[in-house]
Amino acid sequence: MTLAALSTPPIDWFALAAPLSLLAAGGVNLICAVVLPRRDRRVVTSTVCALGFAGALVAGALLYAHSADGHGVIADAIQRDRLAALTTMIIAGSGVLAVGTSFAEPMSDDHIAEYYALLAWAGAGMAFLASASTLLTLFLGLEWFSISLYILCAIDRELVGSLEAGLKYLIVGGFGSAMLLFGSALVYGATGRLEFHEIAQVVQQQGLSQDALLVAGLALVIGGLGFKASAAPFHMWTPDVYEGAPTPVTAFMSAATKAVALVVMLRVLTTAFPQEARLWTVAIAAIACTSLAVGNLAALVQTGVKRMLAYSSISHAGFMLIAIAANNALGGRALLYYLIPYCAMSVGSFAVVAARERELNKPVTVQNLAGFGWERPLLGGAMTVFMLGFAGFPLTGGFVGKFYIFAAAYEHGWTWLVIVGVAATAVSLYYYLGVIRAMYFRPAEELQLAPVAGGSPPRELLLQTAVTAAVIVTVGSFFAVQPLIDAARHATEFLFL
Amino acid sequence: MTTALIFLPVAGALLVMILPLRPFAVGATALLVALAEVGLWIDTVARFDFSKPGLQLEQQQTWFSDLHVSYHVGFYGFSLWLVGLSAVVLAAAIGYAFWAGRDRPRAYYGLMLLLTGAIVGVFVAQDLLLFYVFWEAMLVPLYFLVGVWGGAGRLRATLLFVIYTMAGSLLMLASIIVLGLSQGTFDLVGSGTNGSDWIFLGFMAAFAVKAPLFPLHAWLPETYRESSPEVAAVLSGVVSKAAAYGMLRIAIAKFPGPVSDFRTPILVLAACGLVYGSLIAFRAPDVRGVIAYSSLAQMGLITLGLFAVNDLGLNGAVLQMVNHGLISAALFLLAGGIERRAATGELAALGGMARGRPALATVLMTTGVIALAVPGSTAFAGEFAILAGVFNTGWGYAVVGAIAIVLAAMYMLRLISAVLHQSPGPAVTEAALDLRPAELGILVPLVAILLVLSAWPAAITERSFAGSQAVSTVRQALP
Repeated sequence: MTLAALSTPPIDWFALAAPLSLLAAGGVNLICAVVLPRRDRRVVTSTVCALGFAGALVAGALLYAHSADGHGVIADAIQRDRLAALTTMIIAGSGVLAVGTSFAEPMSDDHIAEYYALLAWAGAGMAFLASASTLLTLFLGLEWFSISLYILCAIDRELVGSLEAGLKYLIVGGFGSAMLLFGSALVYGATGRLEFHEIAQVVQQQGLSQDALLVAGLALVIGGLGFKASAAPFHMWTPDVYEGAPTPVTAFMSAATKAVALVVMLRVLTTAFPQEARLWTVAIAAIACTSLAVGNLAALVQTGVKRMLAYSSISHAGFMLIAIAANNALGGRALLYYLIPYCAMSVGSFAVVAARERELNKPVTVQNLAGFGWERPLLGGAMTVFMLGFAGFPLTGGFVGKFYIFAAAYEHGWTWLVIVGVAATAVSLYYYLGVIRAMYFRPAEELQLAPVAGGSPPRELLLQTAVTAAVIVTVGSFFAVQPLIDAARHATEFLFL
Repeated sequence: MTTALIFLPVAGALLVMILPLRPFAVGATALLVALAEVGLWIDTVARFDFSKPGLQLEQQQTWFSDLHVSYHVGFYGFSLWLVGLSAVVLAAAIGYAFWAGRDRPRAYYGLMLLLTGAIVGVFVAQDLLLFYVFWEAMLVPLYFLVGVWGGAGRLRATLLFVIYTMAGSLLMLASIIVLGLSQGTFDLVGSGTNGSDWIFLGFMAAFAVKAPLFPLHAWLPETYRESSPEVAAVLSGVVSKAAAYGMLRIAIAKFPGPVSDFRTPILVLAACGLVYGSLIAFRAPDVRGVIAYSSLAQMGLITLGLFAVNDLGLNGAVLQMVNHGLISAALFLLAGGIERRAATGELAALGGMARGRPALATVLMTTGVIALAVPGSTAFAGEFAILAGVFNTGWGYAVVGAIAIVLAAMYMLRLISAVLHQSPGPAVTEAALDLRPAELGILVPLVAILLVLSAWPAAITERSFAGSQAVSTVRQALP
């Protein structure tokens, strides 16, 4: 057989516009790494990366507008639908904010072009993964962004713990990917299909829903995605990696990776395994409860703010898994809605940590946040908004998100899960408000203004802009619930027909 | 109109927080906004038709349609009085802070104004979720106000305060979700009653903590002692009334079945709180302790009136909410004034302040005498109506209530005597001034309103529930 005999499927370039935009940005950055003089690299490559993410954002918006009816494209390898488009927009938005946060990161200019190239590629992989509709493209997208992130975590070799973080992420993440791959193989073995909706068809036609191979495969797929979503008990890497990685990378990871992992989990479970819903809803609910317990209890005793936020992100994985476990239209809506303020709060809070880190030139602890709120009103106020948002206080989208998630759980008939979520929220108040307390409540004579590395506090216009944008999204999503919920409904309603 | 009452202070808050004004200008702006709020409320009263039952000055705007949540606000007679109480007490508190001077004024006054907006919102919200939003929005400024501007023990006080109130609030959130989804709408006006004991208890948990109701008051003494006096005035004068309002508007109006199930335990707890609070107030070593525990006792009394669930009880409770709000605000501001002059609130170190300080003596004496419900005072009218109402439910409660009124006389007279009379205490110097004109300007209006109400308590009792058929209004006209 010659190559010519292989027919190429028609390619919907528009459906791939977002990953392509980011791939192109990464490519340009790699060229910049070679041809540009070192002093220009930071400005040029970060601009290109930001443009790539902005392009992806626009592409996502256009795709959203023009994909009212979801359908498979490129030989059904990927799905062109609003779920993918909205997720792409969330990822790209997080990416833009992450670039703003990265700009003034004290990293040597040697590898700055590669840094921005990898950031763009990680985004591209995520955007691709969001539209994956077969087990193969699923694995491809997952590895694509994971490999980029492994390197990003370890890229700042002068940062203590960065290399360790990268290695840890590589090993544990590799294990997760292997689980996903093995699970996919088992599912393929049981059904002989790779496409999500065909798996569901075969399972229905052949009555395979109790098949041991299929169920084992499903469990491994959930586990594999659980690693990426950093849900307990697949969370072990999270605190160390979040702590060790350069803070802007953590910011991007905590927002975009979690978003895409959860969306893909929702897509896979509802389209490929609807017949096994009785099994996986219970499993996801159990993982959600474990994540809430582990994340919240461990966060209580953290002194490092990055570690605390890492555990908080585990507990938020738990909250959002409740929405998936609900397995109803309200749950899908809740997840997609909540991801919008969540990603903004997540990037925003790590950006504030990054700013403090640069100011002190050492890791940020709850202790050395003292007085930060008064010294830097904008960043302190923003951090307050993010913490209140994480804790689910009103006037932030976090409140509406939690409300929708609990509503979804109640509609599923699981009032106990509402109670668990409420209890977890109550526990989480202690550490979220602890940050606010550290920033504002210490008496003036206790405030030891640590010497700022290199004189006056760095002026980081881009970081402050990114943080302001995150605040606007966090608070704005509280007031503009209707349009965002409509978007989330349009993105997910086809999953629950 | 109703929306303007909520958002005028919020806009003022954003204004003072963002504009780089000088400290004096910030305080002055905040005070002006607070006074404008009072003016706006007076205008609202003029527009309100007291002869009509049901919601008035209503505004509704869909917030998110799939779960039927809307921005729905409006006034009932009784909520009108509570909004008025809030506007007046907050204006007095802001005025006091302006006079006393507070660090970081932009943040301080911004938070005070945000608090005003949130409290008004609680009293006018007609949607369960909106109610919760304002309820929580009330907590955030209070957290900062106590935590940043409070006394030495403020960190522990805020922690206790937040843990207690949030535990209650989150149970209420669970109840709101279950109730709203099961009845298909979160609107308070368009929905019927509910018979679930659990949902009722979830709501009551939040209200009982915030009021507070015995035995959930552990946060109260420390928070009232550690806050600055004007914040304590707002907490005990207004924020506690939000809880009583919640009991009336949601617990009693929405859950007739559970109310009759749980009425006895609630009445017993309220009576316990009344006696216990009064006794502790009698033994409290400092001015604020007396006022704080008397606040616990008074909230018990108001709860007694509410859960009597009859015309007398409900009317009396609404009147007493306004009375106690004004009284405890005035007393806390006076306590602040005393602490400024003597640098301590310990009763043992005070005394003899009446000599040479006629204004202080007159204002404290008048407020105290009204507080101990001397016949002819508005507090007497309120307490009498409550006791008469609760007598119809069970005479035992009325007996306990009557005993507590004697106790109230004991602790109030002890306070007055320990501060004003006897020989001058070690902390009272000759140099300590009488009330300054600014302080009088803040306190005299509060006392004047109390005197007006003493002459005419029917202004409130006959204008809270249209036609004075309180129970049927609550049971039928509200939902």
